[in-house]
Amino acid sequence: MNLRAVWAIYRVEMARAFRTVLQSIISPVISTSLYFVVFGSAIGSRITEIDGISYGAFIVPGLIMLSLLTQSIANASFAIYFPKFVGSIYELLSAPISYLEIVIAYVGGAATKSIMLGLIILATAALFVPLRIEHPFWMVAFLVLTAVTFSLFGFIIGIWAKSFEQLQLVPLLIVTPLTFLGGSFYSIHMLPGIWRTITLFNPVVYLISGFRWSFYGKADVSVGVSLGMTLVFLAICIAIVAWIFRTGYRLRN
Amino acid sequence: MQLHETPFGLYQVTSFRQSFQPMPSILSISGVSKTYATGFKALKEVNLDIQRGEIFALLGPNGAGKTTLISIICGIVNRSSGTVTVDGHDINKDYRAARSLIGLVPQELTIDAFESVWRTVNYSRGLFGKPANPAFVEKVLRDLSLWDKKDAKAITLSGGMKRRLMIAKALSHEPRVLFLDEPTAGVDVELRQDMWAMVRRLREDGVTIILTTHYIEEAEEMADRVGVINRGEIILVEGKAELMRKLGRKQIRIELREPLSSVPDGLSRYALELSGDGTELTYTYDNQSDRPGVASLIRDLEASGIQFRDLDTKNSSLEEIFVNLLRQEP
Repeated sequence: MNLRAVWAIYRVEMARAFRTVLQSIISPVISTSLYFVVFGSAIGSRITEIDGISYGAFIVPGLIMLSLLTQSIANASFAIYFPKFVGSIYELLSAPISYLEIVIAYVGGAATKSIMLGLIILATAALFVPLRIEHPFWMVAFLVLTAVTFSLFGFIIGIWAKSFEQLQLVPLLIVTPLTFLGGSFYSIHMLPGIWRTITLFNPVVYLISGFRWSFYGKADVSVGVSLGMTLVFLAICIAIVAWIFRTGYRLRN
Repeated sequence: MQLHETPFGLYQVTSFRQSFQPMPSILSISGVSKTYATGFKALKEVNLDIQRGEIFALLGPNGAGKTTLISIICGIVNRSSGTVTVDGHDINKDYRAARSLIGLVPQELTIDAFESVWRTVNYSRGLFGKPANPAFVEKVLRDLSLWDKKDAKAITLSGGMKRRLMIAKALSHEPRVLFLDEPTAGVDVELRQDMWAMVRRLREDGVTIILTTHYIEEAEEMADRVGVINRGEIILVEGKAELMRKLGRKQIRIELREPLSSVPDGLSRYALELSGDGTELTYTYDNQSDRPGVASLIRDLEASGIQFRDLDTKNSSLEEIFVNLLRQEP
């Protein structure tokens, strides 16, 4: 195992985050604060409680998931797309490094960044609303699993994308809508019958529900199902990455 | 194998003969083909052996397959068929050992623009699995006159400095085989000279260097052997000196005292060319042809009563050889 190579890539990826500290840390803090002002105060004054949790506190897990998903995808897809775009990928491909090591380094870097971001949002949220975390182990587990899974997903998008436009396409057209419709800001029990069924096809629902359960012990769907769905999505991403590397898809052709 | 009878019985003794094989090549390419998804055949059954410690120049027109060949050896592009070994290590089965021996300076200036020179070069070293060695990296940067710029971001460097940085990255992990793909394209004279000085130093350290270039004078000056690739096929591999001797042409220009209206019949076997004003004769011959030599030409000129004022001979350059070779290709 070429651990030095993994470490070298990981460090460069982390350095990028600190170089663009404004973009990677301050902007999510600001947007989270805005969500609290708009949703928490304006709407929250009308919806006082969901499942016995104040509305402001209720949306915290969803908000963290929202950023975790979009940032994991953005970080990982950009990290691998950028060297492809400028051509410096030649060095990665010519280095004595296995595919597994490449994935560990890039996905590890992207996931670390989005986990840090999730924790920053959590800390910001704690300034606005009273928080409690009933199952800290599962909170961290969901946080890490989701960050890794969606970093892998972003890595796939980054390899698939042939232009910056394509890079934005999947997050914009698929991930963002699914996240907003995934119960970040409401409980799916609040939806009318047919929509509740449709919503169950949205994988993000399971992530947010499981994550919220780790905070307040209340979930839209059972925690086992949430965890299962997350693992299924992780397995799908791993399978696709394995296929990409076996065939050299858009990397070595 | 020999059988010996001893007091203890019959023993089978295998005799080992010391084998004196020529030094194995450091890079061995056999039957390598590449067909791109578009159906374009970039390489056709390429066979090539590079000797340890030599400077090998790969010449060929644009699109001949030079970069594809290098990319396959370095692991950037998958080949369609064939095998490549680097110091005995198969580039697929034993890719870690093979790749860690190779340094590549690609044609394009492709660097992460926002990193500093120091970080960029150390990153490359780490990527190739080498432990940190600030003293060595410092030496590489000093040798390439990049030390002053070590904290500068790559984006702020001039084109020539970026090229130096690309070289520094390739050298950061102490490769034994160095590929220079069009290293001097768009590079100023100073950098070019620095670069060739560096190439000579590396060769003294035993590093094998494979370069592609458009500047054939450079191949002529630097290379030990020359390979010519055209349309995905290696059409020739030859020691530079032999190549120039075998394929080089000589030309003799003879300045005449009196202008001639036509070449006299006595000289027809030389196929001389007469200049427009009749004051100059040109005789072209190559080293392989059985056309008669200079001495007999001069005797025959005298016999025909032609007096000359001056005589000038010229050897064709590698560039002319190269152009001629490509012309001969169907």
